[in-house]
Amino acid sequence: MTTMSRATALLAALLLAAAGAASAAGGADIRLEASPVNRLDLASQQRGVRTFVNYCLNCHTAKYMRYNRLTELGLTEAQIRDSLMFATTKIGDTMTVAMTPADGKAWFGVTPPDLSVEARVRGVDWLYNYFLGFYRDDAAPSGWNNLVFPNVAMPHVLAELSGANRLVTAEFKSHEEAQAAALAAKGIVVLAPGKNHTYVVKTLAVDTPGALTPVEYRATVADLVNYLDYMSEPAKNKRLRLGLIVLLYLGVLFVFAYWLKREYWKDVH
Amino acid sequence: MQKLLTWIDDRFPLTALWESQWGKYVAPKNFNFWYYFGSLAALVLVMQIVTGIFLTMSYKPDAARAFDSVEYIMRDLPWGWLIRYMHSTGASMFFVVVYLHMFRALMYGSYRKPRELTWIFGCLIYLCLMAEAFFGYLLPWGQMSYWGAQVIVNLFSAVPVIGEDLGIWIRGDYTISDITLNRFFAFHVVGVPLVLIGIVAAHLMALHETGSNNPDGIEIKKQPKDPATGLPLDGINSHPYYSVKDIVGVVVFLAVFSVVVFFVPDMGGYFLEANNFIPADPLKTPEHIAPVWYFTPFYAMLRAVPSFLGSQFWGVIVMGAAVMILFALPWLDRGAVKSIRYRGGLYKSWLAVFVVSFLLLGYLGVVPVTVWGQFPESWPLLGTADRATVAARVLTVAYFLFFLLMPWYTARDRTKPVPDRVTG
Repeated sequence: MTTMSRATALLAALLLAAAGAASAAGGADIRLEASPVNRLDLASQQRGVRTFVNYCLNCHTAKYMRYNRLTELGLTEAQIRDSLMFATTKIGDTMTVAMTPADGKAWFGVTPPDLSVEARVRGVDWLYNYFLGFYRDDAAPSGWNNLVFPNVAMPHVLAELSGANRLVTAEFKSHEEAQAAALAAKGIVVLAPGKNHTYVVKTLAVDTPGALTPVEYRATVADLVNYLDYMSEPAKNKRLRLGLIVLLYLGVLFVFAYWLKREYWKDVH
Repeated sequence: MQKLLTWIDDRFPLTALWESQWGKYVAPKNFNFWYYFGSLAALVLVMQIVTGIFLTMSYKPDAARAFDSVEYIMRDLPWGWLIRYMHSTGASMFFVVVYLHMFRALMYGSYRKPRELTWIFGCLIYLCLMAEAFFGYLLPWGQMSYWGAQVIVNLFSAVPVIGEDLGIWIRGDYTISDITLNRFFAFHVVGVPLVLIGIVAAHLMALHETGSNNPDGIEIKKQPKDPATGLPLDGINSHPYYSVKDIVGVVVFLAVFSVVVFFVPDMGGYFLEANNFIPADPLKTPEHIAPVWYFTPFYAMLRAVPSFLGSQFWGVIVMGAAVMILFALPWLDRGAVKSIRYRGGLYKSWLAVFVVSFLLLGYLGVVPVTVWGQFPESWPLLGTADRATVAARVLTVAYFLFFLLMPWYTARDRTKPVPDRVTG
């Protein structure tokens, strides 16, 4: 293949990428739960950063996030140093891990992505459901699979808290029946085309309970996602607050600007 | 103060320049809502230059560090997030303002004799803006930056015979890489802005030479002069009248701008795409590559044109022609009147067709081609074709017919008589 035809082929492929996106998903529909995330709830973000440091920050990095920035969440530097950092790290350092990207690639098949801005990539609802979507799958290399992110390389790190779910599938002959079943189901539901023109509804059921009740686990996940959202744009709360002041200022300025215009234009007929 | 001014004026036409360009410029008194967008475009241009200068102080045009430096600006640089959001929002708002400004010209026939050069300079500004937006979009070095640039550069690679070399020449490499990022940075911060500022000056000078059009399409310069003021009957001094009026427009615009900057800087993925928060990865093609919203009408045309004789180049030609045909507008319009107020049903209908096609094509350029499903197999010719692709083809034809049939329908249109004086 010459470069010329390769370039043309790539162009054609990219033009078709949009069409491919829909067909690659196989027409599967997913219903997510709404995430109860509140940007202004600092206590929730404080709990979230603890979960983040304990469970995520072993393989994932947050290389744009500095520890001392956590003071914005109402923590003191002493608290951050004592409970969230290793002794060798400095308070102004960013959240990095000892594991190298190459090790990650070797152990998990992919390098665990940096999570600094992950919430801006995925959105909070997706993240919330991702942590609820894990189920046991003996066919998967890690022993875990995920309804929201099929065949994900990451094992269910929070399993000790959540316990283990199993996948429940129900096959239907018609799309209407499948839709009715999906509507009646609770939690995350996936409706996908099955074999021989059938429709499969996938849901999750508790297999073995974990250290937390399902309600407590959801609260823990909500806190974690709330923290991830904060970390993806630490300036957001300041931005929202400042926005109100700016709009108020412009409102006052408008009154004067409009009045000035009217005064000048009095003599235009 | 007066002495200093005289000293300067003896050596440089400062007062003359100010008076010819704004201070003593006479404008029609009946400018409406649509006439704010020229001054607003100038405001956004200045804002983009100023915020751009500050971003350049912390941004690193280096494939290994570009993404990091943008996050550094967003997090560690005091007020960096504000400067960056103003710049990213400004990019989109520039197109909003310019599209509205151009639509005003279409409605009131502002491109027609004697303002052909003002229109042509305006079209060149639009081309510069597109180049500026394209080069700038690569700089954050996210997935969409990377693959968007890949798609656009491959458009040039689709040119027959020289395409392959042309692509390499533009990129400076076989793929989009560090060298591409560096040259796009150079074009974005130095090359294109220099040209842009020059053409903007020409646009304004040409306008101030011929005088402004107005919603009635009446040439106020041909009116008798008011004996008291010496101005045309419907003319007023732009300063202070339009100076103070434009300030009102600026405040309202800044309020809208601030709502985006402070409350929805992503604009639901239209101004900042979620995928662009993933660092560029040459080995991982995103599932759905869509250009930023202001390019989507042309992108939809590109996608709609089928490959012919084994080449995608036809789509590229159509897309290019869709922009270039704007230049011919002053000579395509043979109407007896300028303003839509005195045009007949033919022009109004075709303008509506144009607006609807442009907006719908813009929508279709954002979504996957499967969005409206397929035609049933039993349909002759159309069977199993994507409905959205067929729609995009029809709309592309409609877009071009607005221009190509213009000499015919504007000449045949039943126009109304134009009054001597402006109305309201």
